[in-house]
Amino acid sequence: MLNTQQDRLMAEIDELVTRHGSQRNALIPILQSLQTRHHTISDFAMQAVADRLGVHPVEVYGVVTFYAFLNEEYHGRFVIRLCRTISCDMAGKEAVARQLCNDLGIEFGQTTPDGRFTLEWANCIGMCDQGPAMLVNDQVFTRVTSEKVHDILASCEKAFSPHTPQTEEEHAL
Amino acid sequence: MTIRNDMTLASVPVNAGLTAALKMDRAGVIGVIRNSAMKGRGGAGFPTGVKWNLAAAAQAPRKFVVCNADEGEPGTFKDRVILSEWPDLVFDGMTIAGYAIGAAEGILYLRGEYTYLRKGMEDCLAKRRGTSLLGERIRDKDGFSFDIHIHMGCGAYVCGEETALIESLEGHRGEARNRPPFPVNTGLNGAPTIVNNVETFAWAAAICVKGADWFKTIGTAKSTGPKILSVSGDVERPGVYEFPMGTTIQDVLKVAGGENAKTVVIGGASGHCVPAAEFSRAISYEDVATGGSVIVFGPGRDMLDAAENFLAFFADESCGQCTPCRIGNVRLLEGVRMLQRGECSTKYLHELCSLGETMQIASKCGLGQSSPNALLSIVKHFRHEILGRTPAEAKA
Amino acid sequence: MSQKNPCSEGDCRAPISQRPQVVPVSEAGDAIGSMIAATIDGHEIKVPLGTTILDAARRLGIHIPTLCHHDDLCVAGVCRICVVEVEGQRTLQASCAYPITQPIAIRTHSRKVRQARRHIIDLLLSEHYGECYSCFRNNNCELQALAKEYGVDFFRFGHPEKPLHNVDCSSYSVVRDMNKCVLCRRCVRTCIDLQEVGVLEAVGRGNRTTISTYLDKPLGDVVCINCGQCINRCPTGALRANDPTDEVWAAIDDPTKHVVIQTAPSPRAGIGEEFGMEPGTPMTWEMNTALRRCGFDKVFDTNFTADLTIIEEGTELILRLYKNLVLGDASQPLPQFTSCSPGWVKYIEHFYPEYLPHVSTCKSPQQMFGSLVKTWYAQINNLDPANIVSVALMPCSAKKFECNRPEMCDSGSKDVDYGLTTRELAQMIREAGVHLPEMPKSDFDDPFGTASGSGVIFGATGGVMEAALRSVIEFVSGKKVEDFYEHADIIPVRGFEGCRYVELRIPEAVGPVPGLIGHLVPDWNWIKGATVKVGVAHGTANAKRVMEDIKAGGKFSECHFIEFMACPGGCLGGGGQPIPTSPAIRQARARAIYQEDAAYGKTGKARKSHENPAVLRVYSEFLTDGPCGHKSHHLLHTHYTPRGKYIG
Repeated sequence: MLNTQQDRLMAEIDELVTRHGSQRNALIPILQSLQTRHHTISDFAMQAVADRLGVHPVEVYGVVTFYAFLNEEYHGRFVIRLCRTISCDMAGKEAVARQLCNDLGIEFGQTTPDGRFTLEWANCIGMCDQGPAMLVNDQVFTRVTSEKVHDILASCEKAFSPHTPQTEEEHAL
Repeated sequence: MTIRNDMTLASVPVNAGLTAALKMDRAGVIGVIRNSAMKGRGGAGFPTGVKWNLAAAAQAPRKFVVCNADEGEPGTFKDRVILSEWPDLVFDGMTIAGYAIGAAEGILYLRGEYTYLRKGMEDCLAKRRGTSLLGERIRDKDGFSFDIHIHMGCGAYVCGEETALIESLEGHRGEARNRPPFPVNTGLNGAPTIVNNVETFAWAAAICVKGADWFKTIGTAKSTGPKILSVSGDVERPGVYEFPMGTTIQDVLKVAGGENAKTVVIGGASGHCVPAAEFSRAISYEDVATGGSVIVFGPGRDMLDAAENFLAFFADESCGQCTPCRIGNVRLLEGVRMLQRGECSTKYLHELCSLGETMQIASKCGLGQSSPNALLSIVKHFRHEILGRTPAEAKA
Repeated sequence: MSQKNPCSEGDCRAPISQRPQVVPVSEAGDAIGSMIAATIDGHEIKVPLGTTILDAARRLGIHIPTLCHHDDLCVAGVCRICVVEVEGQRTLQASCAYPITQPIAIRTHSRKVRQARRHIIDLLLSEHYGECYSCFRNNNCELQALAKEYGVDFFRFGHPEKPLHNVDCSSYSVVRDMNKCVLCRRCVRTCIDLQEVGVLEAVGRGNRTTISTYLDKPLGDVVCINCGQCINRCPTGALRANDPTDEVWAAIDDPTKHVVIQTAPSPRAGIGEEFGMEPGTPMTWEMNTALRRCGFDKVFDTNFTADLTIIEEGTELILRLYKNLVLGDASQPLPQFTSCSPGWVKYIEHFYPEYLPHVSTCKSPQQMFGSLVKTWYAQINNLDPANIVSVALMPCSAKKFECNRPEMCDSGSKDVDYGLTTRELAQMIREAGVHLPEMPKSDFDDPFGTASGSGVIFGATGGVMEAALRSVIEFVSGKKVEDFYEHADIIPVRGFEGCRYVELRIPEAVGPVPGLIGHLVPDWNWIKGATVKVGVAHGTANAKRVMEDIKAGGKFSECHFIEFMACPGGCLGGGGQPIPTSPAIRQARARAIYQEDAAYGKTGKARKSHENPAVLRVYSEFLTDGPCGHKSHHLLHTHYTPRGKYIG
């Protein structure tokens, strides 16, 4: 079972290498694809990518730990990144932060036990005129208030309802 | 509504810049950009024409045009607006640059936080490829092929520094390089590379349409042309504004609705804090320089909180390779927290300021060199507010 | 011998940002544009275009302090200690990274510069946990020296009161203490660029940046080959060898134990540096006396087993050649690789396990010695092997791992109990109150005290090859090596070039093959007129180049025998040698080694392994079925573990 999963991941990495090339320049695009699909860059993935690109696993690890959007730890299906930088701070991000913690039952830097949500801080996300702002995966929410938090989370929860067809990747979870 | 006043870029016809440029020879295009005296819109203010000319003069089989869309400076969001409203102008500018320096490859480095903009931009690129604005023999111009692809960043402010951006493109940690050699000689994969800001490319396209003289009539002698500013904080109408270079801070505040401001931080976390008494100063390379960030602080704001926010940002976003920036920002942050708790001696404050001056000159790249700016200017202008706090009013 | 920085070579894998800037210089030294004038502190100098400010200042005798810079490594420019003021520039420039390409005026110690350096030192100290007097680098620490140079008399920005990191003692060879790390990244550049092993890298970002391994695993669990090159280049005590001196002292103090020490050739060429001598001052005979004063019962010469290794490995080579080329036996693949460098052995186990059948089955001289001490030596001296404590003085940190390999117990228990580095022995000698250079000279003890010059040159890159060739040529040609090479110095295999390839012709007319090996092969005609192709590589980055060439079917794949050494320069540049190291220091040590070899010739002693009378005695009294016989296979040969590069 474990082997088939690794085989599948290996095939996926090979396909990414075919698409992006086997030069070091391809490293970050490959890692980004893996992050998007699997919500993490696993130990096996890092070593397999290193092998295919002819770099050392520790170099891949160095890159993964450098960039905020690449993670060696599992991240939830929805990654919520609340901007903590000055304009959003002045616009009242603290109340939003508290409510996010309360509603999800986790602190910043944590993932809900069901693996659905990860809560993180973000540095300036370029929505300074419409703060407080946050990203949920790639989607941006502006002028977020503590009252709006529940609705945003509820709209994410819908993705998990039994009526929503799940993608293949989610089965792999 | 983010766009708050009339934008010149909105009236520049799409593709007209490239059409005009292709009627000139390469030297002619660089001549126009040089004549406009435009300086880079990212904030450092290096003359764009000079940069293009250096890259054009470099002999190499391969060259690159890189658009720096890693807009990460706190308080800056004008590139987001340009990329969502006028992506064609940016691609026009990049293609013009490719023609001028003899490059066939363009890369737009888009910050990961702006992934939602990618779809629209890819559509725009596809359309351009379909209409011979990208690809082989653009507009039947012999020997000119150029294409652009979008490379996504993944959450690192320092990649806005051009050499860190190149390292990131090469698949490395985004750590700034030693300079020289400069990217115009030894850039991406060792090839001559120009890295310009989103706004710079857009204005370059506009200049090719409207001419260098038009650009020079706007702004000041040393800071030509219009500048797009991102205004946020305690103002009634936050958003992006176009002003001629040299506009005073008070004029900006008047238009944006922030006349009662206590202070304005120009240039984001790496910028300077300008107190109300100096609001007659001009936003320009020779006075208060900025890549576009204007953050307004109302009367009730505590500037130590701002300093703390900025320094926490830098402690996290420093690439961590050079000593002054990696450790210096942490010591400054601890110092600000001591001030907040009312535990910092005047002598130690002086030590910290002196450390900040060292960071400004001894750090490896622009991040570390500018990270102490905000604190130093806050200490200079608001000394009376930050010393001698009692624990009661001190925050955690 | 090349003075080149190993990382400046063309196929360096370092990122562009770290490669020294190469400016094309005209052949004619004084051609216009090839030289550039600079003014440093008011002194004029003309240097080749592209020379760094640091190099230019050194030529003028102007000292600029450095920390992340190292003569062996790529440019980093990260510590910022070496900043200087360049006239007309707002910011200070890192002199180690700034190439002079136009006339500039530089000030190396203006007020701004001094203040910046002091701040940088203060910042480093604010994160450097540890007290100098409890650190093995006390008095040989670059951070400590900088603090003194800049008059640090208080911790301006504080000082950590508690350790923030656990010390990683998981490796038999290398100990990592991140509390003392200054993030200069010399170890990273050593591990990734110089050695191309890829264990250490900067991890994390901003104030959370550390130097770490893959997934922060303990050093003992990753692909570290224990070469210890990172230790030699660490400016502080963040990296050190796993030190067994306490156990060695305890054995010496125990009257029931018979403590013997074997000493390799390279420590003798380096240990003088620990006592203030110039690099390249041999201390062989003084060290023997010092070791006895420390309390070792017997002082032996590893060169004896180096000679034995040559006989065994040379025999193995001849057998391989015969089986492979004459009998067509593919199970005996060529080229044969040497096996005496434990760093190299672990490297190939990790990175090229499919090539392990190429590796000679001979144990390294250290382990051959261990096997013989607890068997033959115990037997002829009526000693209980359980009471023998076998210590090895090596220039090497990987030898510590080697002696702890489970397969290295052929004598019945650990063949070698402890591996000491040159540095650790110097420490023991100091503790014993002995000043090494003043010691009277004394010889090694019998029966392992007799060596040949061939054993001595094992310490330098190319040495094993030269020693082997001296014997193999004489074995198969029946002539003296001196007939082919003056003074038996096989110059083509010497030198510091990273990868070397040499062809040697065996003459058509060969004499009778000596009895020691003559019986192994039914006839010797096949070797007449053959061309022997050999290769030499030192430093695992060069080893990798040779291995990739072999994989691609290049010229090294046609070799018959290749010497691999994990460390740049060979054992004399080993990870257990005195700190600091540099190309110049390694060359000085190599000179000392080749001088000792030459001295063997001048004093009439054997210079070829098969002429070593002690070796002949072992074969006549103990290993009576000869080289590569049953007994030798049991005691002197070993097997390897395919480890692979995947980290579990």
